Order: sequence, then structure tokens, then C-alpha cells
Amino acid sequence: MNVRELVQLINGKLYNSSADLEREIKGGCGADLMSDVLASIQPEAVLLTGLCNPQVVRTAVMADVAAIILVRGKNPPPETIELAEEEGIALISSPFGMFELCGRLYAAGLASLERPVDGSDCSC
Amino acid sequence: MAKDSLFQGKLVSEQEAEHITRVEELSYELKVEEVMASNPFTVTPETTMSEVLELFRQKRISGAPVLSGEELVGIISMEDLIKCLQNSDLQSTVRTYMSTRLLTIRNTDPSIEALKLFVNSHFGRLPVVNEDGKLVGILTKGDITSGILKALQHDYQEEEVRRYRASHLFEDIESDRSSLILRYTIKQGDFTRGGAASSAIKRALIRLGANPQIARRTGIAVYEAEMNLIIHTTNGGIIRVEIEPKQISITVSDDGPGIEDVSLAMRPGFSTASDSVRELGFGAGMGLVNIQRCVDSMRLESVYGRGTNLRLKIFLQEQEIVGEGK
Repeated sequence: MNVRELVQLINGKLYNSSADLEREIKGGCGADLMSDVLASIQPEAVLLTGLCNPQVVRTAVMADVAAIILVRGKNPPPETIELAEEEGIALISSPFGMFELCGRLYAAGLASLERPVDGSDCSC
Repeated sequence: MAKDSLFQGKLVSEQEAEHITRVEELSYELKVEEVMASNPFTVTPETTMSEVLELFRQKRISGAPVLSGEELVGIISMEDLIKCLQNSDLQSTVRTYMSTRLLTIRNTDPSIEALKLFVNSHFGRLPVVNEDGKLVGILTKGDITSGILKALQHDYQEEEVRRYRASHLFEDIESDRSSLILRYTIKQGDFTRGGAASSAIKRALIRLGANPQIARRTGIAVYEAEMNLIIHTTNGGIIRVEIEPKQISITVSDDGPGIEDVSLAMRPGFSTASDSVRELGFGAGMGLVNIQRCVDSMRLESVYGRGTNLRLKIFLQEQEIVGEGK
């Protein structure tokens, strides 16, 4: 699946013109904790998240993310759009929620690119 | 770029504008004179059609502007020539067969204007004129396509050249030990810029020829450290990255407040971050753990009340060396 097909599949709205619509997406990862993303995501995944601050784009750059989906129709602030424009990473907003989006993408054949992390016991 | 404006003859909505690609951008950026064929072969109204046939055949062109003195009076194309051949009328002159319904384009117009004319008029070529109305070139759709392709390749090559130069940085420098040092000052609380230094470091490594895994590991480690400076320090701090062909050494230092209990800070999930930081997706107590996972050696020293010093090293294998070519 490429970015263009992804946008169609999720009724998405693409925010930046610098995104490469032909970029291939190898799988997906959903998380709201950026450290979780950095710890577990494998390269060339689509990142689904409820956050829309610029750090989402930074995290995506560091983790070689192919596209970002903001769930539940969130409108990102201008600084997030600007950064996505600069970095050329597709920033997409979809009206669906996280669960629905993960389901749709999984059903469409996208694999999980969340690598299991050992020793990530949580003290909370 | 002119958004919300006429694009290929129709009004572009904001939504469509979001899908405008680099190719479309280039059609606005590239001027007609950058893609046209200058000094085109021209004919006069008195030229015979058999001479036109010879010209088209020899020069492998399919059309030519018709000039009377300096003035553009028409255009003669392959189609006109075919019509003439059907009539077995090669002895007549260009005046009989040329098209005088003239559409011209200015040399300083963006190529998108020419594309619009091509789409609306179904003409195959457009004479290009300067501000005085003097013929300076001729333009076909093919010229625009190859102009855009060339520009795209140029964009691509520029980055390639930069990468090539950087990837051979250490090769011609003689010393017992060469390294490249990058320094970044990080401001406390600057969440908007947070990660800018890490992005720059990652990009530098890729230009230096680092493989994607090395660039990614370094990027993630430095990013977590950069966010720590932004979130936890009193006055921000400094990131220093020393790149050598076979190792990357990172020092992240600040002058306070320091970590009270380093071993507790290293425990996954332990965090002292505020709720507002957590809302940004950070402060889950995984930062230092992530850093450790990405690097080959990590030393964290902190004196509570004085500051923190984090030293990281990533060692590169023979096939991963940076700055010495490949």
C-alpha cells in the first residue's frame, strides 16, 4: 500500500504537499507515547496517534516513519504542518478513531510493525 | 506558489492544493524561457512548401514560426504540410498554408501558463515572444515535460553531490585521528523546536554515508536526550556529537538541577515529568531506557544540584564507516 491508497482507505485529509504519495507503507504502529514509538516501531511504518504536536513529526523523522495518521479527525496546529512540510513526511488526518483505523488497516493487509520490547516493565 | 488560483484552467480548491506535487510546483517555478527551444528555425511567407518539407526533414522538427521581417505573422506545422501534400501543391508558398490564428506566450511566463494554453487551444506549439513582441523561441508540450524532468533530476543530483562530498570528508585529510564535531545549544522548555538538533544530526550522518540503521539509532538516542534537556533542565544544555570514521561519541550536558537517584532514573517507567509534558507524549519514563537500547556504551553521571553529563558511544563496523567513501 502506498500513501495515496492509504489516504483513500481512511477518508484521510493530507496536510502537506511535500509528501511522496508513492512511498510504500510496510506496516503500522499505533501509540500516543512517543517513547513507546521510538522504542518499538520498525522503519517504513505508518504511525497512528492521537497527538498532534510537532514532536510527532520529529519522532517520525527519527524512527523512519513513512506516514502519520492523526486519529479522530484532529486538526494539527500550524507548526506541526510546517514541520511535516519541511521533512516531507505525509501528515494525514482521519475522521475514524484509533481502534477503527487499526482494524481497517490490518484488514487491508498492513502488518504490525510494533516490535516487542523486552524489559519494558512499567512501574505505574 | 500561487495556491487557490487557476491551475490548468480550473480553480483549485484548498483540498486539491494539498495534493500539489513537486512536479506541479515546478510548472509554476520554471519560466517558459528556461524550457523553450531558443533560436528556432523560421520561414517567411514566401518560402515554398517544398523548402518547408526539406527543413522539417533535415532538422527533424514539426513546426516553425513564420516571420515577415522581424514580425511574427504565422506558424507552419506538419499538419499544414500534410494538407499541402494531399493537394500535391508543394510549389505553393507558406502564405497559403500557414496558420495565422496566433497564440503566443511570453518568455517570462511560468510554464503552467503555457500548459493552460495547450490544454485550451489544442495547439501543438506556441511561439515565444519577449516584452517587445519579438520572437525568441518556440515551445511544445514535450519541451515542458523534458524541462521539468531535468529540473527534478537536478534537485536529486544536488543532494547526491552533497552526499558524495560529505561521504568522502575524511579521506583526503591527513592526521593521526580526524573527527567532525557538531555542537547544539538546547533551550529549556522549547518544545516547538524540540528535536531540531537530532534531525540535523541524523541528516548529517546520512550525508556522511552512515547506513540507515546507524543514523536511526543515533537519531533516536539524541532525540530522547534532547527532549530530556528541554523537559528537565533549569537552563537547557549542550549536545556535542563527535563523528569519527568508526565511532560516534555523543555528550549531552547541562548545569542542573541534576538527577537525585541515577539508578531510579534508569528504571523503566520511572518519571518525574509533569502532566503537561506527558500530554506531549513524553515523560513516560522510557527515555533513558530507549537511549541505552540504541547505543553501544552509555555513562550517566549526575550531581544533584549541579548538573548531568550523559556520554554515549556508537561503534561502527568496517562496512558502516562514515566519511571515508565506500
